[in-house]
Parts: sequence; structure tokens; C-alpha cells
Amino acid sequence: MTMFEAILLTVITASTPLLLAAIGELVVERSGVLNLGVEGMMVMGAVMGFAGAQWTGNPYVGIVTAVLAGMAMALIFAFVTQTLVANQVASGLALTLLGLGLSGMLGEAFVGQPGIKLPALDIPGISDIPFIGPVFFGQDLLVYLSFALVIAVTWFLFVSRTGLKLRAIGDNHVSAHALGIPVVRYRYLAILFGGACSGLAGAYLSLAYTPQWVENMTAGRGWIALALVVFGSWRPWRVVVGAYLFGAVWISQLHLQALGSGIPSQFLSSLPYLATIVVLVLISSNRRLSLINTPAALGKPFVPER
Amino acid sequence: MKTKLLAAAALALGLATGAAQAEPLKIGFIYIGPTGDFGWSYQHDQGRKAIEKALGDKVETTYLESVPEGPDAERSIERLARAGNKLIFTTSFGYMDPTLKVAKKFPDVKFEHATGYKRADNVSTYSSRFYEGRYVIGQIAAKMSKTGTAGYIASVPIPEVVRGINAFMLGAQSINPDFKVKVIWVNSWFDPGKEADAAKALIDQGVDIIAQHTDSPAATQVAEERGIHSFGQASDMIKFGPKAQLTAIVDNWSDYYISRAKAVIDGTWKSEDTWGGFDKEMVHLAPFTNMPDDVKAMAEETVAKIKSGEMHPFTGPIMKQDGSEWLKDGEVADDGTLLGMNFYVKGIDDKLPQ
Amino acid sequence: MRLELKKRPEHSRAMAIASPLIAIALTVIFGAILFAVLGYDPAKALYSYFIEPLTEAWSLEELASKATPLVLIAVGLSVAFLSNTWNIGAEGQYTMGAIFGSIIPVYFWQWDSWMVLPAMMVMGMIGGALYASIPAFLKTRFGTNEILTSLMLVYVAGFLLDWLVRGPWRDPGGYNFPETRDFSEAAILPPMIGNGAMHWGAVFAVVAVIVVAFLLGGTLKGFEVKVLGQAERAGAFAGFSRKKMVYFGFLLSGAFSGLAGIATVSGTVQQLQPSISPGYGFTAIIVAFLGRLNPVGILIAGLMLALTYLGGESAQVTMGISDKVVRVFQGMLLFFVLACDTLILYRVSIVSGRGKGARPQDPVENLVPAEEAV
Repeated sequence: MTMFEAILLTVITASTPLLLAAIGELVVERSGVLNLGVEGMMVMGAVMGFAGAQWTGNPYVGIVTAVLAGMAMALIFAFVTQTLVANQVASGLALTLLGLGLSGMLGEAFVGQPGIKLPALDIPGISDIPFIGPVFFGQDLLVYLSFALVIAVTWFLFVSRTGLKLRAIGDNHVSAHALGIPVVRYRYLAILFGGACSGLAGAYLSLAYTPQWVENMTAGRGWIALALVVFGSWRPWRVVVGAYLFGAVWISQLHLQALGSGIPSQFLSSLPYLATIVVLVLISSNRRLSLINTPAALGKPFVPER
Repeated sequence: MKTKLLAAAALALGLATGAAQAEPLKIGFIYIGPTGDFGWSYQHDQGRKAIEKALGDKVETTYLESVPEGPDAERSIERLARAGNKLIFTTSFGYMDPTLKVAKKFPDVKFEHATGYKRADNVSTYSSRFYEGRYVIGQIAAKMSKTGTAGYIASVPIPEVVRGINAFMLGAQSINPDFKVKVIWVNSWFDPGKEADAAKALIDQGVDIIAQHTDSPAATQVAEERGIHSFGQASDMIKFGPKAQLTAIVDNWSDYYISRAKAVIDGTWKSEDTWGGFDKEMVHLAPFTNMPDDVKAMAEETVAKIKSGEMHPFTGPIMKQDGSEWLKDGEVADDGTLLGMNFYVKGIDDKLPQ
Repeated sequence: MRLELKKRPEHSRAMAIASPLIAIALTVIFGAILFAVLGYDPAKALYSYFIEPLTEAWSLEELASKATPLVLIAVGLSVAFLSNTWNIGAEGQYTMGAIFGSIIPVYFWQWDSWMVLPAMMVMGMIGGALYASIPAFLKTRFGTNEILTSLMLVYVAGFLLDWLVRGPWRDPGGYNFPETRDFSEAAILPPMIGNGAMHWGAVFAVVAVIVVAFLLGGTLKGFEVKVLGQAERAGAFAGFSRKKMVYFGFLLSGAFSGLAGIATVSGTVQQLQPSISPGYGFTAIIVAFLGRLNPVGILIAGLMLALTYLGGESAQVTMGISDKVVRVFQGMLLFFVLACDTLILYRVSIVSGRGKGARPQDPVENLVPAEEAV
């Protein structure tokens, strides 16, 4: 295995949870809802994913329980912000507090227990091809799923009629409502999808990245995922670029340190954040690349009048 | 006046019967992390549980977990003091000044601050000589490594961690003078993902043994997966790396905590500085596993020598990183220098922030 | 069966008073269930959470001291949010304010004068504002989204602080531990009462509330903030500059966050350390919205949130309830308060069966930015 290949494999691991959570949040924001509770849903996914795998001995069951946990958290958010039109920003932050507490409570019994690692899905023959094999075809289910989700979401948003309606809601919920689109129902579903994706991201942490449960193990990744949606200007493939850029700089700085660069480690550690800013500035200052996609109704409450 | 007299009488009465059925000693703890971190705070909490187990209904313990250093620390410590705790353990370096401030306000409460250096009449300090364990694992690493290079995942640059890296290197050099250590600072005590990434980066750069000074078992898991060896930290992590873990440096606060609680109950507690190692069982090595018998025998011998005081890991001749002499032949480092250590010994090619 | 909301013609005064009470009632009921299920005495648990921190003078002072940075930051953020500028990076501006303000006690520690404190506070505000001007500049010059830039800069500020206190600013007499020298007497914000926890930062917070209340209620600038926040086009017609407003929102909230940073470091921590904030900059976002972006509302919300933290601690200490349970309870309480807010703006009725379906109506009627609730 070459160095480049090895680094690439590590980058995939570091980027996948960010991508999974971000792609879900992208759909939520496209519907005009800002859910800042990604970290809370993710950490619940991590603990329940671990629990599911532990109880049944099957990591795939863990994925299912993680998705359900993420959706359950999302449902609370949906009910409070959609049915009761509470403020989205504050509700999202409250969801994060709730998730961090609840996961710690539920996970107490799992501390110090090694988890079950999600197996890599080797495709016989193809996985043995040098370079391409291990990098592209030696991954676990969730890595494939992350890309499948990107393709599916791209298709959904920009090709399907339902996706078109969802975007219409995100841009102007009043006219969408006037056109007879059930705004609140769409948003509920989008929020639940976001929860499911955050749950997957959490499952990736506790079943693949580091198969264990420890409190607060998301360590702020939910926040990065949120930033990446903005980075990608609400476009799925740009979110992929963002997640992998962040992951690549994140891993490279560790390699730089191990090589003994002599640069203060605090500076190196802040590189992923700086790199994301710089690249976004470059993108947004370039007329051809810059897209103002911000869903116009983002974060605004909506009540259908009857 | 009357009430005062009554109170005094009640007090006297209380004192008189006190010997027979003493109020349980209330003991408080402040942890920096959650008790579920399986690392630093987890081990302190094990110490708390050990007190309860050993002293039963003579004590009553409470704790506040996840108390960040900074603005919240002083309030949390004060709350424990006001809640009637007579012995309070503040278990992170950053609680040093808050502990002293609260101690001033509550002269009848005894405080125990971990890893600091400021003391008062009612504030003791305590810490572990983890570097003794790190010297031993350095020796094991040099014996076990085929590439002659170990990876070291470090948390944050404080003397404690620097001292550990140096001790590890000196141990390794005592076996193989050309031994190399690659260091990665993750700038966090706790981010399992980042620790795993650091372990992978180190392995990809050719190390075949991983030592860590971060709290989660993530690096051990990676080592297990990649088929190399590792050393656990804070807790015994053998479950996470049954084939990988050679041993682990286990924090053991139980004996110390029980002895201090007993001292308060007996009235013999006084302010002091305890820096214990193998000798006081404060540093403990998990069973030696996955190594040949001769390596095991060597490690056990070193432990015994350090324990008896026959040997000190920081004994000259030792050069600093830049080649200048630090300790002359046979000279032993003094505790002051060790406490504030912020330089590397020769052979480490990482650079410390100055 | 489902819930149906109908917008009230104007927000209900009765409900403005009743809604927090309903929220508290719900929290008490569900909290009692939660604690009972976990095997704690619900009455005692609720008492230790809500009442105990309010029964002692020292604890009240701690409450004020905890609320101070929250209110100070949130009041500044409210102006940014009202003008539709998304400053998510108050935490970083807080850190930068603390760093700038600490230049004086770190480098000029022998300087003993009454001018030290004012200079530190001003430096703190400058530090916070300068740091906040980065996302403002990137936004106005390149159109870079400020949510990302301000959030990412939080981490960068944290690493800078980390490097400073472990490297160049380390206390020379501190055995190389990561902290600066203790601030001298002249560089410490004195306590307001005796030797208590409440320092003059609390006054800054109250002054900030008054200043922002006046700004929003009685000045043209305040009008401009609201107009540009709610209807950018209308603002442009009125000749208001969006770019200047982005700067205004960021600089003001940055300066307040910076002041919160240096005030907390000077008044409470009294030296720089790697960790100087338990997430104040993020919690303040909740405070800002919980207070409905209204200065007085923020003051109340800040005190309330501070109480939930203190209450959490006392529940841990007196009842042995774990920190995790306490945080679950805190999240629950926030949800109830946020949900009950709805009652002020909308009439809620439970309808059986399905609705008659959507009916087209006046679109403008429904554009209700959250801010209007103020």
C-alpha cells in the first residue's frame, strides 16, 4: 500500500461522518428549516447505534437503531418548530443539549466496552485491483451509502417533482402554500430525513470510525457538518468537496506533525478550519462559481392559515 | 442570647456523642470530564467508589462532573464546600487557583488538588509519577519494535506530557540508542476520532508501536486492526486490543484517596505534597501481554528497581535535544525540574512550543 | 386529531404572562415524572434545581456572574440577528476579546493605575470587534457566507489562545504550566459586594441592555436595523446600506462579546488559561432567541438559563442526580419554554379530523419573521 493510498483511506474515514450528517442537513435547509441540533442527533445515533449492535451482535442492526434514534430526536424538533412554530435556532441548540445529556445517560453501561466494527464489504476480484480496489471498493456499507445518498439527494432535489416542490417551499413557503403544497408535511419529512442522516453519521462514529462508546464522542463534528452545508452553498456535490477537503487537511496536518515539521501544532490543528474559509472565499469571489442558493425562507416560521 | 446558649449546648452534646456515632465524613469531587470518558475522570471516579467501598457508612461522597476549567470552576468547588463536604478533591490542573481561593474562604475544609504545585494549610497536592511507567514501556517498545520507531500520540503540551515523552525515549534508548519516536499532538484530551486518525497517520509513516497520552482506547483499537502493538493509557484497555496491548499505564487513585479520607476521619490530615509512583501504587501497569518472556522479565525487573529506589528514570548522563548536557553521569533530576519540564531529551525530533 | 394555530391579530398580553407559567407547569410535571422514574424524590429534586440556588446570597451572586457574559453577548447578537446578519462566532470573539484585553496584565503587569481596567476593557472590545470584522469583511467584499466563516474562526481563536498560554504568554514562575501569570490587583474587576462572585461585569451587562434597548427603540439606527432585517429591498429604497449594516451588526456584537470575554477573565478567572469559556458564545445564541431578541427579554432569559446551570449543579450536589440527567432536564425545559411562546402569537386549538385543505390567501400576511414577536 502506498503512502498516498493509505492517506486517502484515512481521509475517507474522517470525511464520511461529516458528509453523512451534512447531506441530511442540506435537505432540511433546502426545505427552509434550520436545524442546529445536528450534534445532538448525531450523538444519539452514536449511542443507540452502539446499543443496537451490542444487544444483537449485529452492527447492521446498530445502523437501524441509530437511524431511528436520529429520527426520534428530529421528530421532537419537527413538532416544536413546525406544529408549534417555536424558534428554530433556539430549538436546534436545545436539541443539542438534550442529545448530549440523554446519550450520556443511556450510554453509561457501555463505557469501557469494545464495540463491534462494521465490516468492510469486499467485492471479490474488484477489491484486489491495486489502488482502485482498496480505496473505492474496500469500504464499509456506510461509506457507499454516503455516496449513494449524495446521488439520490441530487436527483431528488434537481430532477424529481417532489424535490422541486421542496425547493419551492424553501424559497418561499407562502407561495408554495398558495400553490397547494403541504408545507408543514414536507418539512416534517425533510427534518426526519435529516435526523436519519445524522443518526447514520453517529453510527459511523461508534461502529466504524472508533467502535466504542464514550460520552460526547462526536466532539463537535455536528457543527462542522452544519458549516459544510453552507460551504457547499446547498449543493450536494459541493458538500462532498467540502467534507473531503476538511478531512484531507485534517489528516494531512497529522502527517505533517509526524514528519517533524517544527510548526506549532496549534497552528496545524487550526488548518482545516482556515482552509475551509479560504476555499469558500475563493469560490464566492469567483463570479462563475459563486451561487446564491441560500433558501430564502431559511429559519422563518410558517403557519398555514385555514 | 438564649438561642446562642442552646446552640452551644447542642454543639457540645453533638461533640460528646460524636465519637460514638459520628456523622459520616462528606467528601466531594470535581471532575473535568464526564465519568464516562473511560480515561482521566473515569479513573478518579473509580477512586471515589473505592473510598465508599472501603469506608462504608463512615463516608458520604458526591461529585460534579464535566466542570470546565475557567469561570465555572470556583463556583462548583464552593458549592461542594457549602454543601458540607469536609474533604474535596479537585482533579484537574486548571482548578489550582480556584481551589486556593475557595480554600481561603473555608479554612475548616480540607482540599486535595491533583497535579498542581500551589499549597496552603488546608490544601494538599498530589500527583502520580507516570513517567516511571513510561520509562518501562519505552524499554518494552525498543525490545518489541522491528522498525526501531514508535509513534506517540500526545494530548496537549504541558510538562506532564513532555516528561512522559522523555521518559519513554530514555527507556527506549537504554535498549536501542538509535530508537526513534514520532510525536503527534492532537491538542485535545478527548476526541476518539482524532486519536484514531493520529494512530493511522503514525502507522502509515512506518511506526510499529503506538504509545499514547490521550484518554480514549481509539488508538489501541487501530493498532489491533493494523496488527501492531500499543500501550494503553489511564485504564487497562486490553479489551480493545487483546492482541495489540503490551501493557497499559493505569491511574490508580484508590489507595491514595482512601488514605486521605482516613486521615481526615482520624484527625491526622495535614497539608502535604504527594508525588507517588510505583512505590505508592499510584502508577500501576496492566499485566504484560503479547510479549516474549524475556521482555516481560526485563520489564518486571525495571519496575522492581524503580519501585525500590535503586533506579531513577532520569539519571545522567542525559543530553537535551540540542545536544547540550542536562544531567552529568550519575546525576539524578530534581523534582522541580521534572515538574516544569519543557524541553526534550536528545533523539526526539519534534519541536516544543516555546 | 391535530393542533391548529391561528395567528392572533396582535400578540396576547395575557399569554405573555401566562406562557412562561404554563411552561414552568409543564416542566414541573414532566420533570417530576423524569426524576421519579429515575428513583429520586421529585419534590426535593425540583426544589434543589429551581429554588435552592435562589435561597442564598452567595448563590444569587454566582447567578449574576454566570448570567453576565450570557446577557452581554446575547444583547449584542440580538442586534446582528435582527438585521439578518448571522454571527455564530461570538465564542471566538469572546476569546479574542479576552486575549486582547490580557495584553496589558501579561506584558505590563507592573503597571498599577486606575487606568489599567478601563484600558483592558476597551482593548477587549477592540479585540472582539476586530475579530468579528473578518467575517463582515469577507461577507461584504466577497459575498462569503458569514455562518461558516464566523463559526470556523471560533476554533482558530481557541487554538491561538492555546498557543499563547502554552508558549509566549506562559507564567514565568509557573513551572511551564499553561497559564499566564495571575493578574495583578489593578487588573482585576473588583467584586461589587464584599468578596463575592458578582463583579462589575454585571453592570456592563445591564448597561448594554439599556443601550441596545434605546438603540432599537428610539433611534434611526435601530429602525434601520429592523427594516434591513425584515425587508432588505425596502431598506435599500430607504437608502440604507446593507454592507454598512453587516459591519454594524458584526462590530457591535463582536465588541460586546469581546467585553464579555475580558470581563469574565478579569473578574472571575483572573488569569488566562487554555479554557476560559464553558461555551458562553453558543449558549448566548439560545439566550438571544429565548429572549425573543428583545433586550429586556434577553436579560430575563440570561438569568433563567444561568439558573438552569446553577440548579443543575445543586441537584448534583444535594441529590446526587447525575450531570446527564440534569442536562436532559435542561433541554426539556428549553423546549417547553420555546413551545409555549407560540401561545403569545397564535391561538391554538385542537381540531378533530382532517383539515379542509389549504386555501390561497394573502401571502404577506404570513411572512412572520420571528423577530416581529418582539
